[in-house]
Order: sequence, then C-alpha cells, then structure tokens
Amino acid sequence: MFDYQFFIEVLVGGLLSGVMYSLVAIGFVLIYKTSGVLNFAQGAMLLFAALTFVSLAERGVPFWLALGTTLVIMVALGVAIERTVLRPLVNQSPMTLFMATLGLSYVIEGAAQLLWGTQVHGLNLGIDDVPFELGGVLISQFDLFAAAIAGALVTAFALFFRFTRTGLAFRAVADDQFAALAIGLRLPRVWAAVWTAAGIVALVAGLLWGARLGVQFSLSLVVLKALPVLVLGGFDSVTGAIVGGVLIGAIEKLAEVYVGPFFGGGIEAWAAYVVALGFLLVRPSGLFGQKLVERV
Amino acid sequence: MTRPARSIAAGWLTPSYLAPAILLIVAYGVVPFAGSDYLLDAMLTPFLALALAALGLNLLTGYAGQVSLGSAAFLAVGAYAAYNFNLRLHELPFLVSLVAAGLVAAAIGMVFGLPSLRLRGFYLAVSTLAAQFFVQWALTKFEWFSNNNPSGVIDAPPLSVAGLTFSGAAGRYLFSLTVVAVVTLLAIRLLRLQVGRNFIALRDHETAAKVLGVPLLRTKLLAFGVSSFIIGIAGVLWAFAYLRTVEPAGFNLDRSFEILFIIIIGGLASIRGAFLGAAFMVVFPLLLSRLGAALLGDVFDSGVLEMSQRIVIGALIIGLLIAEPRGLIALVDRLAERVLRRSPRWFRRSTQF
Amino acid sequence: MRLSRSLRAAALAAAIGLSAALPAHADEQFFPLQSYRVGPYAAGGTGFFGGFIDYLNLINIRDGGVGGVKLAWEEGETQYEVERGVEVYDRLKNHPGVAAWNPLSVGIAYAMIDRITKDKVPLITINHGRTDSTDGRVFPYVFPLLLNPYSETSGIVNYIASREGGADKLKSKKIVVLYHGSPYGKETIPIYKLLADKYGFSLEQIEVPHPGNEQQSQWLSIRRAKPDYVVLRGWGVMNPVALKTAQKVGFPVDHIIGNVWSNSEEDVIPAGDAAKGYVAITTQASGAEYPVLQEIIKTVYGQGKGNLDDKKRIGSVYHNLGIVNGILNVEAIRIAQRKFGQRTLTGDEVRWGFEHLQLDPARVQALGAKGLFHSINVTWDNHEGDGRVTFQQWDGTKWKVVSDWIAPDWAFLRPIIEKSAAAYAAEHNTKVRTSDETPVSQ
Repeated sequence: MFDYQFFIEVLVGGLLSGVMYSLVAIGFVLIYKTSGVLNFAQGAMLLFAALTFVSLAERGVPFWLALGTTLVIMVALGVAIERTVLRPLVNQSPMTLFMATLGLSYVIEGAAQLLWGTQVHGLNLGIDDVPFELGGVLISQFDLFAAAIAGALVTAFALFFRFTRTGLAFRAVADDQFAALAIGLRLPRVWAAVWTAAGIVALVAGLLWGARLGVQFSLSLVVLKALPVLVLGGFDSVTGAIVGGVLIGAIEKLAEVYVGPFFGGGIEAWAAYVVALGFLLVRPSGLFGQKLVERV
Repeated sequence: MTRPARSIAAGWLTPSYLAPAILLIVAYGVVPFAGSDYLLDAMLTPFLALALAALGLNLLTGYAGQVSLGSAAFLAVGAYAAYNFNLRLHELPFLVSLVAAGLVAAAIGMVFGLPSLRLRGFYLAVSTLAAQFFVQWALTKFEWFSNNNPSGVIDAPPLSVAGLTFSGAAGRYLFSLTVVAVVTLLAIRLLRLQVGRNFIALRDHETAAKVLGVPLLRTKLLAFGVSSFIIGIAGVLWAFAYLRTVEPAGFNLDRSFEILFIIIIGGLASIRGAFLGAAFMVVFPLLLSRLGAALLGDVFDSGVLEMSQRIVIGALIIGLLIAEPRGLIALVDRLAERVLRRSPRWFRRSTQF
Repeated sequence: MRLSRSLRAAALAAAIGLSAALPAHADEQFFPLQSYRVGPYAAGGTGFFGGFIDYLNLINIRDGGVGGVKLAWEEGETQYEVERGVEVYDRLKNHPGVAAWNPLSVGIAYAMIDRITKDKVPLITINHGRTDSTDGRVFPYVFPLLLNPYSETSGIVNYIASREGGADKLKSKKIVVLYHGSPYGKETIPIYKLLADKYGFSLEQIEVPHPGNEQQSQWLSIRRAKPDYVVLRGWGVMNPVALKTAQKVGFPVDHIIGNVWSNSEEDVIPAGDAAKGYVAITTQASGAEYPVLQEIIKTVYGQGKGNLDDKKRIGSVYHNLGIVNGILNVEAIRIAQRKFGQRTLTGDEVRWGFEHLQLDPARVQALGAKGLFHSINVTWDNHEGDGRVTFQQWDGTKWKVVSDWIAPDWAFLRPIIEKSAAAYAAEHNTKVRTSDETPVSQ
C-alpha cells in the first residue's frame, strides 16, 4: 500500500529545501554568467555575511541597522574582490580564476573568524518554525518564508536587469564580452555591480541558512549543495538555478526515503550528482545552459 | 619537454640528466642519513606522496585538459585496495598489491571519467565530485572494505618488499622515494609516446584533434585511467608509508582541492611543477606556523596565529596566481634563465630537464 | 694577544653560562597538546583545551606543580585534521618529560595508537576513542577514560528505561537512532541491536550524511515511524539541524536524547528555542559552582592567566570536560610519583599511574569536584574506569542535571569488548598481558 500522503509530504519538503539550494546557486550563476568564474568563495562570503550580522546583532545593534551595516560591508567586500583579485587576473584561464577564488575563501574564512571569533551563534529571524498541516500534509512555515524571500530576491534582480542601464550592460556582457567591450561598455563597472549583487545574495542566503543551521563555520559547506544544482540547471542560467534547485531538492529527498533503504541509507550526498549526471548525458549543457558550438 | 626529440640511448648520457641525477643522489645518499625523523616523517614522506598524486592529476588536467575534483577519492581507492589485497591474499608480494591497487583505482577512475565523453570544463569538474562523495560513502558504508573495523579505520601493515622491511622514518622515506622515482620516470616516458601527444592534442583543441584522427574516447578514458592509477599508487604511499592509519574521512574534498592547488601553483603540464607545488603546499604552511609561533607566539594565542596564517596562505596563493599564472615553475625558469645567461654553456645545458 | 685570549675566555664562560641556564627546568612534566582552535570544531577545541590548561595552571600556581614537579605544555594546531595531528606528534614527541597525549579527536587518536605504543607514552581519549582499547590487556597505553562508545550506548538505554519506570517497560517502546554518516556514527549500530534484543524494544537506525545540514527526509521518516525516543548520535552542525528539523515535523524535543558529542552549548545554541527541553548524556556536569572551578576563577583568571577569552564560557560543557581531563591527568601523575618518586616521570611510569587511577567519591570531593564528576576506577585491564554518566537538560540558557549518576551495564559489554580486542591482538600479533605484573612489550 503506497502512502500518498507521505509521498507528497516528502515531495513538498524537498521542493522547499530545494529553494534554499537555489538561493546559493544564484550567487554562483550571477558571477559565472558575466565573468566565467566559478566563485568558490561564495560559501565563505555567505559565512562572513551571516557572522557579521549575528555579531552586530548580539552587540545590541538593532535588526535593520545591523542588516544595513552588513549590506554595506558585503558591497564593499564585493567591490574589493573585483579590484584586487579579479581585475589583475582578467583573461586568465577559468581554472586559474577558480583557484584564486579558493584562495579567496581561505582569506575570507580566516578574516571572519579573526574578526568575530570561532563561537557558534543562534540566529533568530523572528519566524516561528512550527509546522502546520494542509490536507494532512505537513508544511514548514519557515521554508515557505524562505521561498518567499528567494522569490522576492529573484524578482528584484529580474526587474533590475530588465529596467536599469547597469542591468542592460550586465546582459550585454553576459551575451558577448567582446561585443560589449567593443561598444564601449566598461567591464570593470559591470563586474563590480555583479560582485555586489553576489554579496547581497550571500547575505540573504547566509541569513536564511544561518537561521536553519546556526551561524558557524559549517555554513560555508552549503556551497556543496549548490553544485549539483549548477550542473543540472546550467552554470549560466538564473532560471536554471531556480528550477534545478527545486528539482534537486525534491529528487534528493525522494531518493533518500524511497531508494536509500536499499543501500542502507545516507545516499543523499551523491544521489543528486548521479541524477544531474544522468540528465547531462542527454543534455550536456544543463536544463537552461547555453549550448556550446564547436569550431575548428 | 621543449627540447627536440632525440634517441633515448643518447639522452641518458647527456648532461641534461645531470640535475635530476644529482637530486636523486642527494635524496638517496644524504637525506636519509642527515635528516631527522621529523623531517622525514612529517615533511618528506607526505611531500613525496602528494607530489605523486599531483603528477597523476597533472597528466589528466595539465596534459589532457580534463579537470577533476575527485583526486582524493582515487587516493582512497588506492589505499583501501592495497589494504584489502594485502589482507586477503597473504601470499601476494607487496609490490604486486601496490600495482593491483593502482589498477583498481584506474578502473574506478575510468568509470567516473565516462562523463568526460559528453561534458567539459566546469560541468566535468563538478561531475567528478560524484566520485568524491560516492567513494567516501561506499568506504564508510560497506564495512568489508575496512575488514569490519567498527570505526572504518585501516591500520597499514609494515612495509616489506622481497624480504626487505622498510621500517623507521628513513625506511618509509626511501620506499616512497623509490616508488615516486620509478613512476615519475614511467610517466615521462609515456608523455613522449604517441599517447602523450594525443593528450596534448586533446587539451589544445578537441575538435581539431578529432579531425586529425586522435581517438577521443580512448584517449580520454586512458587519461583518466593513467591519472587514477598514479593517484592510486600515491594513495598507497599516503596510507602505508605516511599516516599508517587512515579513515575514509581523511580523503575529503579539501584533499582533492589541495592536489589541484599543487598543480596550479606548481605549473600545469609540468612534471617539475608537481614537485615544486607539493613542496610549497606541504612545507610552506609548516614553516609559516613555526615562524609565526616563534616570532609572535608570546603576543597572540595559537588560534589567532592560525587564522592569520590562513589569511596569509590564501593571499599568497592569489598573489602567486597574479604574479605568474603559469605557476611556480615558470617563475623558477625565468629566474634560472637570468642566472644562467652569465654561466658557461655546459652548465646551462645540464640544468634543463 | 692577551686581550683576545681573555675575550675568548669570557665568551666561553658566557656560553657555558647560557647552556647551563637553558635546561634549567630540571623537573618538569610536559603535555604536548594537539589543540584545535580554528576550523569547524574550534568551539569545542577552545573549551576543552582551555579547561585543561586552566587546571594545569591552577596546579602550578596553587601547588607549585605536582610534588614539586612543574607542569608544562605546548600547543600545536591541528584544525581537527589527522595529518596535522600526526605532524604535531612528530614535532613534539621528542620533548623531554612527555606525560601523556590528549588529542580529543577520534581520528588523531586512531592514528597515534601504534606510534605511542612504540614510544611507550599513554594516550588519553576521555569520553571517546576506540571502544576495545578499554581492554588494557591488549592496549597497555590507551585510556578511553570515563566512557567509551559502548558504555555510552548502554547508559542512554538505561536512562530511557529509568524514565519509563524500569527496564521491563522498554518492551513496548520504539527507539530511533539518528547517526552521523561516518565511522564514528556507525560504531554503535551493533550495540543498539544487541540492547534492543536484550530489552525487547523496537529499533530503527537512520543515517544522516555528513555534514548533516539537511535532514528533512530523515525526520519525515521519523515522523512516520512514530518512535517514543530519538537518540541523536550527532556531530557538529548535524545536532542543531536535527533539533530544528524535529521541531519542524513536530517531534517533542524532550524525547530526543543526545550522545556525548551532541551535549554541548555549541550543539544547542544555534538551534535557538527548538533546543529547549533537549536532554543529553554527560560524564561531567556543567556550571561553575564546584569548588575547583571557583579556585580556577579566583587563582588563574584572577591573575589574568585564564585561557578562555570569553569568561562566560567558564563552566561550559567542554570547559568542564577539559578540567576533569586535567584532574585525571594530574592525579595519575601524583599516583605514579608515589611509586616512582617526585621527579619527572617517563611515559611508561605515567601509564602505571593511569592504571592505578582510582578516585572514589571521597577523593573527588577532596579535589573540589564533588558533583562535577562521579568517580573513576581504572585498573590494569580496565582502562575506562567505570565512569558514571548523568543526563542534563537544556533550558534555553544553560544545562541542568536531571538524573542521578547512572551506571552503564559494564558486565554485559565486557565480553564484546574483549572479543574485539582479541581480534585486534591477533591481527597485530600483540602479546596479551595476563596480569598487572606482565612487563609491557609490543
């Protein structure tokens, strides 16, 4: 006898968890799309943002002021990274850039802990996480809230890129860097804007994940959850990041509950990769990624 | 590798083999007697194991252009395979176990290399993470691999080959040195064969290589296989000569990144780069921490020092990449050239290898 | 000529004076510390090593050392990584007067067993480590003091039984064990099975993959299974996430019982209100009201020599574990000094001290630790020393003890431990000691 109610519960829980993965993945996509960098420091930035916010809040700074201050710091960090790391490395191979962001994550993690200490913190965003039932299916209030925030964030970015000059420049750069350069767009300015955006995403994701896990070193590990999402959705598609995240979340949970028992459980860690890979064998550039054209 | 090809027999006699020969003589003749246990056990043996792993990854990434983030998984496969061969087939000589472990790693590497047939770049890199997570999971999950040890930990038996027992810090170092020297030599030979040229063609332009008749499928899988074989052997050294007690958690993603760091910092597509990079990654943090403790140990507690070191290492990596994206080896070559311009001709020739 | 000769003589005298001054610390017992103050587990490391150092400082300042022998230590950062732990070991092992190693890391401890056995220096794995090293006949130098993973398991089941009103009441109950997907997490799987057979409760064991920052599917499965208790065998970030997700699926938090690596402030604070009412096992109570802690606050922190940056953490779970660890190490040295004399002891002599580390409740009280921990009774063949456990409940700001000192079922576990130790001895060709007097060899 198949328990449909339970199935739906797992599915819904997975979809909502997936939104949290999307949130991290979007930070990757923004930067990859414009500069071809797989920014592994996204996790460290997320940790840095959450730790800064929590430390300010614990020192008695009111919520909105702490949020504002952290935002300013993240923007400054984003611009500083662009200036000191990315600009000197322009035109280097993607691998070199990837390694540079790994080095960057060392710097940010070290700095975050040096500044704020290694203590773990609780983070309360003021949303009760008591579940409610909808037709016998358990739904988490916090997850719904997180999904709403993620939705708002994506909408805001979409509007920004649609209706502002910087947004237009961003899209031009994403489409064709050289053409954008040829018509006189200033790439560094666009990159600075993108790193700022990535900083904001890191802040939002850091706060939401921080509220779920507590603010501590392990927060930087959530990037690993975003990687299969990127493979599935495409490294250069915001839509892909969202759809991919939700799909990965659902698949992961369903696999763990229904397939896991045959292997003794704990398959979540790699199940997402296997599914994403299987999909890629059919479509090598992901759900929404740009198709590569080969020339000799 | 930039020299014009010449016959091997003649190659052996030229002075261009002088520098590595001198290095080997020092490594065999002086280091084991002059070096302290600490130098051998805590620095040189892990350096050798990591350098070999980096060499393996460099064949795949540097020469054949396929990025992998799963190196630590193949280290683990090598270590656990050798352990099980040794445990379950007592009569098997250790060297056979060693090679067999490399072959198992090669087979697993080829399986996880399959996606390379359709994917490239970061898509491929991220999909090799599947190997990373799957292998760690399997080694933890199935207790058979660790001989039902409740903690999944394996204790390596003492090293002995043909009646010779390599015990003590010097013995383990010499064993590692020999394995690394032999495998490195084989790798250099391989790169000079058609296979090696196919690797480079594949890296430089896949479609063009195909047009020129390079068998893409075979070459890619071979690159994964050879690379994993070498990394697997490095895993045996890591487990049997260096740590001697390993658990699956030791072969985590950080280790994979470390190996990737080594080849990028050292220099892609360079045998010497793997060694230089490994020396940097193993020795430099130790030196930095000792220096920090000696100079500032009284002022700050060890936590502050350690975090500052993390920042310094990260910044240094970025700085290096900016200063010389082609790695330490390019830096060293430039430096050597400047020095050599003012030295006699025979000496100049003897140092390029 | 004469001038230069007298200069040379002066230089020589200075050199001799210097070299005489250098090894001036004649009698000193050294603790190499493989601490971790950075990285994912830094919070636990700073607490534990902070407490350990605080207690060693107290002994030096208040008593001038142990029997006139000063205690010394040096830290080497490991970040909880085995390779770094081994590097620190190689670096510090030749320091004169090494008393014992205290890594507080399962991985590092495992990597050191062969090494310290060869060097004949004790390895202390308080509350953790290799279960079968309890058998001192096979592992002469390894001491999983107070508690090993098996007795922890038995202690937890005994506690649940006491809450239900007796072991016979367990029959109709269902327990889910949620374990970390690592060798550490899986170590107790067979013991839970054995205890389920013995007491007749039904059992389900569910794995959470490392690092455990997503547990939706596991907790939905738990919700479906409707257990009476969930035992949390967690690690790091897995613990707060488990508590939060439990709240999300509506599982009552006071029916979640944490194991010894899920019992600290760091495990509950990130979970916020979701942790209120959570119960966890411990071998040492938390809080600063015990005389020994008061003395540390007065003597050590009063002189500005306290190790914790944040004084609010004095009396936290890891800090108190470090202090208890300090007490056990110092008492082992004291006991060994009674036999071997008041001087710097060799590692092997300290081992003898640990093998006679018997602190009854009266002695514990005399040490100012009454209520902090119960007692210990280490013998040559029982290296755990029958530590009692107690259970503490988180009230949102601090831990409160909610049970008596409970004894695990040692007699039931001993044969299993001996069997495992015998297998180890066979695999490693280790000679099994047959009495206290058997000379220790490899």
